[in-house]
Amino acid sequence: MTEHVLLLNRQPDRPLTLDEYRSHGGYEALIETVKKRTPEEVRQAVVASRLRGRGGAWYPTGKKWSFIGEAHPRYLIPNTDEMEPGTFKDRVLVNVNPHLVLEGIILAGYAISAARGIFFIRPSYEMDAELIEKELKVARDAGFLGKNILGSDFSFDLEVHRSAGRYICGEASAQVNAIMGKRPHPNKEVHMASTGLWGKPTIVNNVETLSCVPHILRNGPEWFRNLSRSPNDGGTKLYCISGRVSRPGCYEMPLGTPLREILEEAGGMSPGSNFKAFMPGGASTCLMPPTYQDTPMDHDSYKATGNPIGTTAVMIFDERTCLVGAALNLMEYFARESCGFCTPCREGLPFMRDLLQRIENGEGKEEFIPMLHQMAQHMDKAYCGFAPGAANSVIGLLRYFADEVREHISQRQCPCPCELPEPPAAE
Amino acid sequence: MDFAFSLSALRRKAMSALPNELRESLEKLIAASDHPREQVINVMYALQGHFGYFSDEAVAAAADLLSMTRLEIEELATFYDFIYREPVGKFVIHVCDGVVCWMFHEGSVFDYLCKKLGVCAGQVSEDGMFTVLPTACLGQCDRAPAMLINGVAYGPLNQEKIDQILEKLRTEYCDLVVCK
Repeated sequence: MTEHVLLLNRQPDRPLTLDEYRSHGGYEALIETVKKRTPEEVRQAVVASRLRGRGGAWYPTGKKWSFIGEAHPRYLIPNTDEMEPGTFKDRVLVNVNPHLVLEGIILAGYAISAARGIFFIRPSYEMDAELIEKELKVARDAGFLGKNILGSDFSFDLEVHRSAGRYICGEASAQVNAIMGKRPHPNKEVHMASTGLWGKPTIVNNVETLSCVPHILRNGPEWFRNLSRSPNDGGTKLYCISGRVSRPGCYEMPLGTPLREILEEAGGMSPGSNFKAFMPGGASTCLMPPTYQDTPMDHDSYKATGNPIGTTAVMIFDERTCLVGAALNLMEYFARESCGFCTPCREGLPFMRDLLQRIENGEGKEEFIPMLHQMAQHMDKAYCGFAPGAANSVIGLLRYFADEVREHISQRQCPCPCELPEPPAAE
Repeated sequence: MDFAFSLSALRRKAMSALPNELRESLEKLIAASDHPREQVINVMYALQGHFGYFSDEAVAAAADLLSMTRLEIEELATFYDFIYREPVGKFVIHVCDGVVCWMFHEGSVFDYLCKKLGVCAGQVSEDGMFTVLPTACLGQCDRAPAMLINGVAYGPLNQEKIDQILEKLRTEYCDLVVCK
């Protein structure tokens, strides 16, 4: 039985209240920290815990915080943009335990001596934005947020920033531009930790990452490290699983759990479906075959196989699903969501989409395969990480499923059966 | 000269078209912010709710309220998925076309809604109630296929459920929401 940390005491139909969270040790870490620990000690504990960014970049969180600039005011931006297809863990987390998320944010604010937090949330999660606003008030009334938190000299407040929706807003520098009311293009010229929001030191963290912090401080870095099955990581992970599985949902399991066990937890494949392919962590990762289902699902194990792990939001495809069609859907998504700022992304993604569309239509030619491959490699020349991520589905398609692409070309039609089964019931 | 005149006239018209209560609440919101530009999306949402979509008047009013140029407002309005520069129905149906939803319907949810409502993507249904738009993954993959209407997510969908949802929206009273 997996030890639940982030989703502890999860209720099927409602978020946990402040009192329920406190009855399981909630806010104890904050109470102790503002009395006894320095911000440096908090950062050290997080470094020792081996916590790494859960938004898909896997950068060590404590190290990221240690780069915070000298100037004030400093800003913390908890990121719940979560527009990576397949990913819904932050939505689940916020709805299971909003106060765990808030305590994590406040502690991170303490660790970097921030004065203000801006909770960035996508418009599709309006219900969650309203929930967070409501619980923010509860936390403020209880003295956990605002001026002189719990009688200390630490003051920190948090507000919700509603986005108007665009995938690129999940990128940290684009997100900062979005908050400043600018067109949210990424900006690689600035060093976020020293000259981020309004030119001041800023840290952008995923909310799953931040929600680990109260547990690290309450139970110690060693306890947190031992939760993980991977030597270079600490903690549990929220694994989303969706597609052709019996019980799609968000499951908390030790970091480094292989896909086979996650799939078992989700009740296996849905009835009548045979496992054909998966994407391990959102649309910016590779289409991969089931032979990888025993690889531990952590950043380093996947990197060793030459595939990114992303957000660990697994999407499962069965034999009825055409993978050229799936890659086409993904490329349409990315071509539409591209901000258009740089040429490789703006021109390259529609180019790949058009080639995939022709192959899917039965108008493909053998020479399209090297053309797709070459263009996917060119995406590394784009300004930000969007286009290389977008190219991954095509790279995976060509690396592992080239036979299926060739069948489309030789048969001059899509060889896959066109059956659309009933969707499974939600978890 | 005429062009400049028509611009300022549009601005005056836009501001006078705003009810005092809305204008004052937005001015208050902006004045209370250390960085007024951080409020631009909130202002855009509020004006969109008032005008029914983010009309030319709304662009002019947002520019005026925030001391930004209309071009700066326009480049934001055209960037975001949930700001509508064309007229939309009272309910905007955002149909998820993420890959997980796709594997269950391959576009048929979108096609069914359009057929049912007699519209193409982005059009307003004859009764003024609905607009259907394709949308980037909604983060409801565990409930695929899914759609979002005024901040509320629905899924997993089939034709029968879609019919029920549309009927409920048609018959139950609610204020114009457009997008929450």
